[in-house]
Amino acid sequence: MQVIAQRPKSLRDIPFTYCPGCLHGVAHRLIAESMDELDIRNKTMGVAPVGCSVFAYKFFDCDMAQAAHGRAPAVATGMKRSRPDMCVFTYQGDGDLAAIGTAEIVHAANRGENITVFFVNNAIYGMTGGQMAPTTLPGMKTSTSPYGRDADDIGYPIKASELLATLEAPYYIERVSLLSPQEILKAKKCVHSALKYNKEKRGFTFIEFISTCPTNWGIEPIKSRDWARENMLKFFEIGCFRDKSKTVEGGK
Amino acid sequence: MPKMTVDPYYCKGCGLCIKACPKKIIRFSEEINAKGYHYAECFDQDSCIACKLCYVTCPDVAITVEK
Amino acid sequence: MAQKVLMKGNEAVAEAAIRAGCRLYFAYPITPQSELIEYMAKMMPKVKGTFIQAESEVAAINMVYGASGCGRRVMTSSSSPGISLKMEGLSYIAGAKLPAVVVNIQRGGPGLGDIQPSQADYFQATKGGGHGDYRLIVLAPNSVQEFADMASEAFDLADKYRNPVMLLADGLLGQMMEPVEFKPAKTEEEIEKLNKQHYDWCMRTNEDGDDRHHHEINSLELDPNVLEKHVLSLHEKYKDIQKNEVRYEKINVKDDNEILCVAYGTASRIVKSAITELQKEGHSVGLVRPITVWPYPSEVIANSITKKTKKVIVFELSLGQMVEDVKLAVNGKLPVDFLGRAGGIVFTPDEVIAKIKESL
Repeated sequence: MQVIAQRPKSLRDIPFTYCPGCLHGVAHRLIAESMDELDIRNKTMGVAPVGCSVFAYKFFDCDMAQAAHGRAPAVATGMKRSRPDMCVFTYQGDGDLAAIGTAEIVHAANRGENITVFFVNNAIYGMTGGQMAPTTLPGMKTSTSPYGRDADDIGYPIKASELLATLEAPYYIERVSLLSPQEILKAKKCVHSALKYNKEKRGFTFIEFISTCPTNWGIEPIKSRDWARENMLKFFEIGCFRDKSKTVEGGK
Repeated sequence: MPKMTVDPYYCKGCGLCIKACPKKIIRFSEEINAKGYHYAECFDQDSCIACKLCYVTCPDVAITVEK
Repeated sequence: MAQKVLMKGNEAVAEAAIRAGCRLYFAYPITPQSELIEYMAKMMPKVKGTFIQAESEVAAINMVYGASGCGRRVMTSSSSPGISLKMEGLSYIAGAKLPAVVVNIQRGGPGLGDIQPSQADYFQATKGGGHGDYRLIVLAPNSVQEFADMASEAFDLADKYRNPVMLLADGLLGQMMEPVEFKPAKTEEEIEKLNKQHYDWCMRTNEDGDDRHHHEINSLELDPNVLEKHVLSLHEKYKDIQKNEVRYEKINVKDDNEILCVAYGTASRIVKSAITELQKEGHSVGLVRPITVWPYPSEVIANSITKKTKKVIVFELSLGQMVEDVKLAVNGKLPVDFLGRAGGIVFTPDEVIAKIKESL
């Protein structure tokens, strides 16, 4: 008998600190598997954010930095410029990337930093206990939008992928869904491509994961995926917003 | 013979693999793990077709599939 | 013998940093330190180094965090309002035990203040600034030559203690031109050796097998017992620094001093001129110039007081931030007086002489 699926080498033997059914773990696995497949585990460094995935530095089997809230793309810039021979990625949530860290992500993308940014969008702040995120949907109730997000008062959710796709430099930007095994398999291909482009030093790559927060949404894991499908995917459309390998000759 | 195993060390009993399995051969165990979760287990290995959908969907990367 | 060149402090410290093996520099323009970032923009490409004009001072200090986490010699610089923005990052750098060099070309504050020389960031530099129990090693030069010399010393101290080091200068020192003689530039081999000195903890390539490592650059620890242990270990390090790294200069400190002055940086130059004038008039006045303002030369100040000393006077380009440290050093043995100017105004030797004469 042959093992056809098991924990990737690029994940350490430490259980995740996420709530049951939280899809952070799926995103972690896709990244770790791609690192294994591309044989970059020994020349990869990552940056963990502030948020639920603050402990991501413990989970990946490569050297990791833990960054101040929102600053991961700047930290990754310093790392990549120090060790250009290595692959550098950040892993960030929606509060980290689309609220407190908007300057850092926009400018890292605009410089075309040779890094990969993995962005987990679940429309809420998880670690601090379910407050409104920059990606919280209009009308969605959270502990700091108890009457529902009023777009006229506080604005609409930020579409990070579309925002970054207005810049010239980024090489690859895609929004993927983690809401079913089939969608996860599609997402895997995108994660693999992003890290492959990273390995080939093609430029800035960005993957936005549509994810869930069963605990703070107050919806059990299976139904939370249905809720996300019905509500989040209408606003955050799945798709590729930039892929220069298809538009630029020779993919360079 | 295909086989799926869940490592109780990682499993948090979210049930996503139970939903994903096309053969409906995964259930919550009666036992609990060290964290107090009723972890997932396969109760009918003979019916496993090694489709890996349980592995794909598992957020705690607790599943190994053999063929 | 190396040639002396006439240079601005801002440019001299940049050149000295490159010679000391700094190959990464991240910063944001601000007056009166902009010549520093401009010099780096011009020179870093010539040594195959990295220069990035960051989107903010916040981003710049976090780029420093990333590069330092990779064990490289890295520097940033700014002036007072920009240094405030770097305080978050400095706290993380200190917490994660990372070496880094930060230059502050102080200007008048608070708030946006003005662009004239000032020493009003003393509290911020020496007492914290960022959150948490941490210390910066703070070197305060008073000439362009010393500023340049301190650049390489700052990198050595940062590497030795795995701690951020601040060069605390001001707009006068940054903008002023003086002759300066540089140390020889480190060779590529020497820089390679410096890069490897941190291999036991920094982020770098890995390998399978027994030598595999998992290095984490991190300041987070949720277990209070473990965090306390970490903070205590930092504290032990700070005690070592206090024991080993106090630097100062004594100018005309003698047994017959009637007055003992304390001043650092630009202010110390003016006090020194005043002392020379007073000497001509037959008055014996001494000056202790802290070169490290943290660790502070408390014992040196205490030991410089003699039976003849009537008073200690502190001179600063602020409204008296270092006075507290001097009072702690003097420990009630003598009255401690003060003269300072704020808002970016630099006192004249005559003002200093007049102040000292009040007590003669």
